[in-house]
Amino acid sequence: MIRYFIRRLLEAVPVFIAIVTAVFFMVRFVPGGPFDRERPVSPETLEALNKYYGLDKSLCEQYFSFLKNLSRGELGPSYKYGGWSVNEILAEKAAVSLQLGICALLIALALGLSAGFASAVLSKSKIGGALSGFSLLGICLPSFVLGPLLILVFALKLNAFNAMGWNAPSDAVLPSLTLAMFYAAWIARLARNGAIAETSRGYVRTAYAKGASRGRVYLVHIARNAIQPVVSYLGPAAAALLTGSFVVETIFQIPGLGRFFISSALDSDYTMIMGCVMIYSAFIIIFNLVSDLLLAAVNPRIASEMSK
Amino acid sequence: MKTWCKSAETAFSSALRNISRDKTTFACAAFLVLSVAICFCAPVLAPYPYDEQNLAMGCAAPSAEHLFGTDMLGRDILSRILYGGRISFAVGLLATGVAMLIGVSYGLVSGMAGGRIDALMMRFVDTVYSLPFTIFVILLMLAFGRSIWLIFVAIGAVEWLTMARIVRGATLDLKSRQFVEAAVALGQSKTNIMLRHILPNAAGPILVCAALTVPSVMLLEAFLSFLGLGVQAPLPSWGSLVKDGAEYMEDAPWMLVFPAFFFSLTLYALNRIGEALSGSLK
Repeated sequence: MIRYFIRRLLEAVPVFIAIVTAVFFMVRFVPGGPFDRERPVSPETLEALNKYYGLDKSLCEQYFSFLKNLSRGELGPSYKYGGWSVNEILAEKAAVSLQLGICALLIALALGLSAGFASAVLSKSKIGGALSGFSLLGICLPSFVLGPLLILVFALKLNAFNAMGWNAPSDAVLPSLTLAMFYAAWIARLARNGAIAETSRGYVRTAYAKGASRGRVYLVHIARNAIQPVVSYLGPAAAALLTGSFVVETIFQIPGLGRFFISSALDSDYTMIMGCVMIYSAFIIIFNLVSDLLLAAVNPRIASEMSK
Repeated sequence: MKTWCKSAETAFSSALRNISRDKTTFACAAFLVLSVAICFCAPVLAPYPYDEQNLAMGCAAPSAEHLFGTDMLGRDILSRILYGGRISFAVGLLATGVAMLIGVSYGLVSGMAGGRIDALMMRFVDTVYSLPFTIFVILLMLAFGRSIWLIFVAIGAVEWLTMARIVRGATLDLKSRQFVEAAVALGQSKTNIMLRHILPNAAGPILVCAALTVPSVMLLEAFLSFLGLGVQAPLPSWGSLVKDGAEYMEDAPWMLVFPAFFFSLTLYALNRIGEALSGSLK
């Protein structure tokens, strides 16, 4: 098991380096530099800026000095936000995005799993059909539709929440709901399809034959198997949720990390782009690994496969 | 050529049968066909041109003159929804085409090659999967300038990964079947086997994946429009309409509600059909 874990981590290293390298050269291939502003700066200033940040060196030199800094965990200064280093920005903004993401993840899991299982248990009745149609609706309401609608109803009409901002704990409710809905809908679908696929298995019939109640069969026997697709979906979902969402953070004016994914690329803020890409890729790699380990915890067959 | 037509035809006809069986799914399909037809006839059907401004009528509520109201510049929302639908559907279909083209050929080659090449090609897919795609798309847009054609290609270039995985899986499965072995024994070339024996038999999964790619492509286009990287104003797309609507929702909720309604309904219909198709495969 531990050997499997270490092997996977080691396998991830070249992937990570490949991603970092590809993005490093891609951003520099894009026309326009980090200091192109609406008001053009004088050539002397530009030269001084480029010199100060080491952008006048050859691409190769820049790449190796970037790798050297990276190995010390330093991502360098942001070109857009003078005086701030990328490390500082990431640390500050990631905290907000993490809080929002964790709330959203918990909501998505709670809503998704209960709706999914309920619609599987009741799949023969009208309620089950309605539930699964409802979860499909969650996929069709993108966050930039759902967010404004929630604000319109709950903040502007009912005055139950603040429309924007990130100050009081109650400010987290609407954005995390908005962020969670899509993932909740996916989880519900995966859980439902997983559970329905299991109902025709032999062990389910055996459990019924032994006199187990419907609730017991679903919660004790089926749940553990039906949850597996959800667990493998959790890896990418968690990475996407925890690194923040541009749309939700923009709509609700939340000072999180998600906005930097977009703004850094638009501003050609090279160091910031690298920071965002690295944090996202690292999250994907880590959470995929975590969800694989969870999968092994749920399914002993996978666990024995891993320890080989 | 005969085999090709037959197995692909089976996939299509069983798909059609499945759509027509369930009432809701049938209604979804009818809605989609109708809205695609109406949106593509927008120049004839729309009551106003999409960019005709009437500042005196800015943010007017729905009325007989403007069924869905007007936006901040006095443009008719209904007309803009029709024209926007044209763009959103066009992006949805064409970008899915691009994604299919890349994904199917990549998956076929990877599955057919097998061994080391297959492992390497799939590792590449995994790597691209773990890139934050928004940054990737934005960089593409910045590198090549904004044009509607680039939107198709950029979205297609992001969305082909799932297709590649599915086609590769199907290829691996089909490769070990007897009819492929027979074709090998008969001395058919690899290309021939790939195109005439494996591809038509993978039509089912490809169809399902394509059907589910259309809504996610439309969503991605709307997201790009939300970022301001989509179609150029004053040309509307559903994404940019929703974005404008969200900005003015306090004073003019109809600017948000009507485009959002049609967009969500379309996504729902597409997903529902995709689901029915994948159900028919089992």
